[in-house]
Amino acid sequence: MELNLSSEDAAFRDEVRAFIAANYPQEMRVPNPETDLTKEQSLLWHRILYRKGWIAPLWPKEYGGPGWSVTQRFIFEQETSRAGTLPPLAFSVTMVGPVIYTFGNDTQKKKFLPRILSGEDWWCQGYSEPGSGSDLASVRTKAVRDGDHYIVNGHKTWTTLAQHADWIFCLVRTDPTAKPQAGISFLLIDMKSPGVTVRPIITIDGSHEVNDVFLEDVRVPAENLIGEENKGWTYAKFLLGNERTSMAGIGRSTRYLERLKHIVRTEVDQDDPAFGEFIREIARVELDVLALEATELRIVAQMSRGIDPGPAASLFKIRGTEIFQRITDLTHQVIGNYGLAIREHPVSANRFMPGPDHGHTATEKYLNSRKLSIYGGSNEIQRNIIAKAVLGL
Amino acid sequence: MDIQLTEEQELLRSSIQRFLREQYDFDERRKIVATDEGWSRRHWKSFAELGLCAAPFQESSGGLGGGSLATMIVMQEFGRKLVVEPYFETVVLAGGLIEDIGSPEQRELFLPKIMEGDAIWALAWAEGRSRYDFNNVTTTAHRQGDKFVLSGTKAAVVGAPWADKLIVSARTSGGPRDRDGVSLFVVDRHAANLHLQSFKTIDGRRAAELTLMNVEVPASQMLGSEGEGVAALEAARDRAIAALCAEAVGAMAELNSATLEYSKARKQFGVALGTFQVLQHRMVDMFIALEESISLTQHLNLSLASKEPNGSKLASGAKTKVGYAARFVAEQAVQLHGGMGMSDELNVGHYFKRISSINVQFGDPAYHLMRYAQQS
Repeated sequence: MELNLSSEDAAFRDEVRAFIAANYPQEMRVPNPETDLTKEQSLLWHRILYRKGWIAPLWPKEYGGPGWSVTQRFIFEQETSRAGTLPPLAFSVTMVGPVIYTFGNDTQKKKFLPRILSGEDWWCQGYSEPGSGSDLASVRTKAVRDGDHYIVNGHKTWTTLAQHADWIFCLVRTDPTAKPQAGISFLLIDMKSPGVTVRPIITIDGSHEVNDVFLEDVRVPAENLIGEENKGWTYAKFLLGNERTSMAGIGRSTRYLERLKHIVRTEVDQDDPAFGEFIREIARVELDVLALEATELRIVAQMSRGIDPGPAASLFKIRGTEIFQRITDLTHQVIGNYGLAIREHPVSANRFMPGPDHGHTATEKYLNSRKLSIYGGSNEIQRNIIAKAVLGL
Repeated sequence: MDIQLTEEQELLRSSIQRFLREQYDFDERRKIVATDEGWSRRHWKSFAELGLCAAPFQESSGGLGGGSLATMIVMQEFGRKLVVEPYFETVVLAGGLIEDIGSPEQRELFLPKIMEGDAIWALAWAEGRSRYDFNNVTTTAHRQGDKFVLSGTKAAVVGAPWADKLIVSARTSGGPRDRDGVSLFVVDRHAANLHLQSFKTIDGRRAAELTLMNVEVPASQMLGSEGEGVAALEAARDRAIAALCAEAVGAMAELNSATLEYSKARKQFGVALGTFQVLQHRMVDMFIALEESISLTQHLNLSLASKEPNGSKLASGAKTKVGYAARFVAEQAVQLHGGMGMSDELNVGHYFKRISSINVQFGDPAYHLMRYAQQS
């Protein structure tokens, strides 16, 4: 499904498409880009987009954004995800960047924004804690003012790719006596500070994406506070809003559906009853994608007229993740007996993996995608948001 | 129709429970999985000493005569503790086939070692493109005098890297998809010209792809009648399903109680997770899924024990229903544990992975739903 594009927008789409085809690094085309790339490899595309001036579609021009319209941003998102490019690090560009240029002071903007754009600084997100998952406002990591520093103590968890990070943006409690939301501040912490320890968390697919981050008497310059003390919750909510609208994942689902069809055609004989069964199930998911894509296009059209979808955006997170989980589930089923096998991490070409090549990541993807309905505000929480903020229940 | 265990069966169950409680906690299991072999010969010996390896076999074969109900009891407890030792492969699959179709000489030769815990077996029936179809065999076996020569490849043979002996299906006559003409052979795992490529499975076990290049097998090692291997494998699958369903029930029971406990202890927004109605209803559905699975698993095991004529259809029904139920329970247990459910450190994800494996072994729920429908 396509937007009705003006001739300028159509030309822009063609330009983006051609740029990706000519410039996306071949060495980033690995079986599972999320887990198989080194830090350096995963930054290659980031740097190419930076040099082109396309690294931060969301950002205003004055901070280094390309100055695109809503429609152009959507086209870019659609083309890059259809082409299967690894998105630039979201925690840097999509999350902390906008917080800094919206709520940070001039010194902070000058210090951090250029290094985010260039990929010099890798950011991770210090939100979740062992006792604070869905209920983020209950964070307990403490920051106590000591002269021109904060002393930070606490334990952040599920921190994505903290093992590569130069900086972490943290929600910390600066006023333990206030109501939960009112005592939180937004603090930027250098990962090289004494007292910061990263411990890997291995997930059920065997990969190392997430970590515990321990903060023990970490001295953080007070100049790294974003905005006002105790106003961090406002900034955090602003950031989560950015996270949710990008979760429909139409491009990715479309790509994985095409791959699934290919695997069905090559691995299942047409006279096997399973063949018809898979074709029917795939069609069902395709309709789910079509409906979500149509909804997304409808919302994009509204946004370009200045209408904010608001909390209804939660539906993209709910349906987008349910759809992708279903696709990975079907892909795991299609490879039959080989669904018993799983690649070992860290991945090595020396290890034997049975079955057809295009099925090698099916098991790990099925397992890994279980996280989608949990993170970024669980799907139960997203439904609560719609019930409360949209339906008024 | 609720199974009242006999005193003997209760004894069997409580002795397994006691052993696993004392010797097989999750940390111990993790250590076992991390070893080169991925299972513990010491624990295997203990299982044999407890009589588990002899439990299902007929007394006339030297077994304890427990039949499919004994298997059900063992597998359910193994499911609770995620036991990785090759009981299913050795005792249920291979032992069951040997007892069912083996000659008196073969039973005498092979079964005592299985019952004493001295031999490990694996069953190689699948091939690269066979999916779940026993007929779809391209591996060939040609008679040459008093031996057969086997050539071809077998896929995803769980337990093969550990095994002393393999049961291999190969075609002695007919076309690639014919029901007739498939025969079963006992092949020494160290036989000349048999090549293994090992890999790890999703649930922490070891499996292998087998390549046979003119592997010579004495004719006396053919198991059952020539060309009638598919029927034997179908009967073995019925027994396998009964065992896997029992294992799934054990795993589901553990997941349900862990999730319930977590939902009472874990507080968010100032209250226990279990106070949210949406999660309460989810856990009610998990409870219902388990109850139905227990019922169908018992029904299937009783039907197989009394050799009911519709046992095979019922097996497909149970594999479907219990498979979907187990997947629902496993996915929701992960979901309700949040991030913790995704972590390798907690046992929840490992139950999830075992259940995912069970759903692949001997046909997924969609395959068996079709088979169930076709048998109506």
